[in-house]
Amino acid sequence: MHILTCIKQTPATDNVQIDAVTGTLKREGMAAAINPFDEYAIEEAVRIKERVGGDTKVSCLTMGPPQAEEALRDAIARGADAGFHVCGREFAGADTWATSYALFKAIEKISKEVSPVDLVICGKQTNDGDTGHIGPGLAAWLTWPNVAYVRKVEDIKSNGTGQGGTIVVHRLMEDGIDVLEMDLPAVIAVIKEINEPRVPSLKGKMAGKKAVIPRWDAAALNISLDHVGLKGSPTIVSKSFRPSMKTGGTRIEGNSPEEKARKLVEKLKELKVI
Amino acid sequence: MIYDLTDEQQSIIDISREIGEKKIKPIRMEYDEEEKFPWSIVEELRKADIFGVYIHPNYGGLGGGGFELVLAVEELSRFCGGIALCLAASALGTFPILLYGTPAQKKRWLPDLASGKKLGAFCITEPEAGSDATATKATAKKDGDYYILNGTKTFCSNGEAAEIYSLFFSTNPARGARGITCFVVEKGTKGFGFGKKETKMGIRASSTYELTFDNCRVHKDNLIGGEGKGLFVAQATFDCSRPGVASQALGIAQGAFDEVLAYGRIRRQFGQNILSFQSSQHMIADMATAIEAGRALLYSVTKAMDKDLLAAVEASEKSGAFVADELRKGSAKRWTKESAMVKLYCAEMAMKVTTDCVQLAGGIGYMRDFPIEKYMRDAKITQIYEGTSQIQRNEIGMTITKELAKK
Repeated sequence: MHILTCIKQTPATDNVQIDAVTGTLKREGMAAAINPFDEYAIEEAVRIKERVGGDTKVSCLTMGPPQAEEALRDAIARGADAGFHVCGREFAGADTWATSYALFKAIEKISKEVSPVDLVICGKQTNDGDTGHIGPGLAAWLTWPNVAYVRKVEDIKSNGTGQGGTIVVHRLMEDGIDVLEMDLPAVIAVIKEINEPRVPSLKGKMAGKKAVIPRWDAAALNISLDHVGLKGSPTIVSKSFRPSMKTGGTRIEGNSPEEKARKLVEKLKELKVI
Repeated sequence: MIYDLTDEQQSIIDISREIGEKKIKPIRMEYDEEEKFPWSIVEELRKADIFGVYIHPNYGGLGGGGFELVLAVEELSRFCGGIALCLAASALGTFPILLYGTPAQKKRWLPDLASGKKLGAFCITEPEAGSDATATKATAKKDGDYYILNGTKTFCSNGEAAEIYSLFFSTNPARGARGITCFVVEKGTKGFGFGKKETKMGIRASSTYELTFDNCRVHKDNLIGGEGKGLFVAQATFDCSRPGVASQALGIAQGAFDEVLAYGRIRRQFGQNILSFQSSQHMIADMATAIEAGRALLYSVTKAMDKDLLAAVEASEKSGAFVADELRKGSAKRWTKESAMVKLYCAEMAMKVTTDCVQLAGGIGYMRDFPIEKYMRDAKITQIYEGTSQIQRNEIGMTITKELAKK
């Protein structure tokens, strides 16, 4: 079986600063690391590999500037077998449409030239963009079924050809858990409840440092320049901002839930809300 | 400071730091409070290949030396000196085998120690033989191909948790210091039991046990370095292991310093940040300087030691002779003075720094809800075990006197 995780190198903090003037994310001088949600994706892929055994292989794919290669090496240190890097100036400014398209073309190439991909695992979202679009977007390009918010992979069966097999996953919903079965190949996006990522091993780190990571630009992926980067992005970001802290509010005190409810209703009536 | 580290060495630091930050930090107070052995961290260190950083690749190790061990222990000790001891104490139990093991003995025990599948331990101390190891009372009496062990050993770090114990018994009480012999005894050997579990001031996540021997039979193949050679084995071991204690002390000092700076940045008194007071700045300056001086001494000494040690290990793999004998063939230098200096300086520095960190944090520094007091409790042991600071001074002084006599 061939499992592929899509990862992104992002600032190594949840506290991303926004340039007050331009409204864009400040990335200069920030320490970078694998997007925390993607660490769960890598870990789950490695756990499936350990569970299924055989010739199961875990590959990692990223799109980003040259230094994003470090994230792929780190992923190999954490148990992945190979890394693939989509990289080129032409990809700059891509929205989630153009990004998922480029990743899709890379997955096609990997399936053809390395071995057919049976399962794509993404993190739920990134800690810088926070959109959560890439997983479902990729599935749309690939025309594969997909489930987001996966908190458990209960079962996976594959014939290892990139064609056929099934996966049973648990999806965390606001009102409970859905248990879903899909045909493979498929795409899942995982949440942090799914596992506890491991710390890299020394042998893994050394393998990561030595790994040869192919770097592909738009030409290598056979993508027209109209479909990548800013040019290929229909999304227009009008503004990024940090929501201002809301202060004030009234605390409803009381000795029992009933009393608090009564006071709340009185208050709402007073404000003519009800 | 840039210490010119290899990729492997930097990786050891990065991995140890990640284990410290993500795995040790969240549990250290609970393990200290409840005096629990850190099996979950042992598992992390196993998976990360850390137990074998100083062991030859022929036994599944990374092939590094004392410096690689020191880097791991320092980084782990920044988060908990007690938990880090599961690694350092295992190494202490491994060094006798590494230095004085025959090819068969190395093949028998080193692979499991390198993978961390089994932990090691070392014990020379007895109720009446502390700094004076020559007063060893526990006996090993020859009986055909076997030795029969009797007596008690105390204060064994990694006690009960470890599987492979390097221990010292008198095979010839009449010969005193020359009658002491080192044996490897495995957990589960009939007649080898565990007595009292000690309750301690610091390093409480580390287990400290009394070991009891009641007609315990071990085969002569378990004898390390030859009959009557026990004190040589112990001294050569301490030469290699003292930098390990120094790195534990250094990590403890650095960890306490990191904590107090983080707190000091947000603590305000008299309308200003407490780090802005000149009295605080002088304390910080002294601490930072002492820590960096300790690190510089520790790194330069262990790197120099490794040059000889790694060559001797390599030669021993080819010749089959003891690593200790290959060491003597080389530059013929013992590292007693330098390794004692490193331990003395770092242990004294750690005690001073952690005490000052508690002082700088004030009342909150004294509270157990806050990690700084624990660093101070953990630092104390580094001035005591593997030779007290006074014994280190004896070693340094004696070596200097001997050097003078040779001139």
